[in-house]
Amino acid sequence: MENAGYMLAAFIIIWAALLAYMFLIARKQTALRRDIELIQEQLEEAAQK
Amino acid sequence: MKRKILFFFATVLCLASFFMVLIYVPTEKDMGIVQRIFYYHVPLAWVAFLAFFVVFIGSVIYLAKRDTKWDNIASASAEIGLVFVSLMLITGSIWAKPAWNIWWTWEPRLTTSLVLWFIYVAYFIVRSYVAGAERKARFGAVVGIVGFLNVPLVFLSVTLWRTHHPPLTIFSGGLEPPMLATLMVCLVAFNFLYFYLLSERSMMKNDELTISLIKEKLARRNS
Repeated sequence: MENAGYMLAAFIIIWAALLAYMFLIARKQTALRRDIELIQEQLEEAAQK
Repeated sequence: MKRKILFFFATVLCLASFFMVLIYVPTEKDMGIVQRIFYYHVPLAWVAFLAFFVVFIGSVIYLAKRDTKWDNIASASAEIGLVFVSLMLITGSIWAKPAWNIWWTWEPRLTTSLVLWFIYVAYFIVRSYVAGAERKARFGAVVGIVGFLNVPLVFLSVTLWRTHHPPLTIFSGGLEPPMLATLMVCLVAFNFLYFYLLSERSMMKNDELTISLIKEKLARRNS
């Protein structure tokens, strides 16, 4: 099991980075959805006026 | 629906790759356990090259048609490619320490790969410094096309120059069947992951653009 630490480090970095990237995408998606809701509200308000 | 299918296959295959790399595949005799990094390092490189090829194609079509959909695909692919090429450089460096007793050396494959990384960092720097959506896309497309010229150089560097980097042994029968199967599963898994991420990110970029245009119109109407 010589050098197992290097292999583990590589695995942890790969999957942590990929998961972090996917997490960032999910956060951006939430922000986009919030933006769409805000625009819908604004459009509804404008239509009522 | 398409994205859900891609996500499903990416998840299943990534879990399968976990099992195959950590348990199924036999340990290589010469390099030992650290050789297992190879099963992710090679697919990371492959996906990065594929992503930059998509940047190239998207950029060419954008310049020809001036359709922002293609710029969104190109910039989404550049972002994913940059993540994958960064991980390729990091895993390569981690493998190099026990194999060559150094973290980094200025040999052709490593140097051209680092240049590739800088080119796509520059792609985003250019896009962030240029004002206006159309100019941003146009300048980005030029960097995306010119930058891709380095990809074949990275790929061929092991045959063009004398290098420490191991040559590509996949097609020359240099891998035992379980090793080849493991590599293929990792390769297919990362391809599914790439196409899933590409469809998510390009769709989000389309939405971002639409939202900013609607916001502009609303602001103009309110003022």
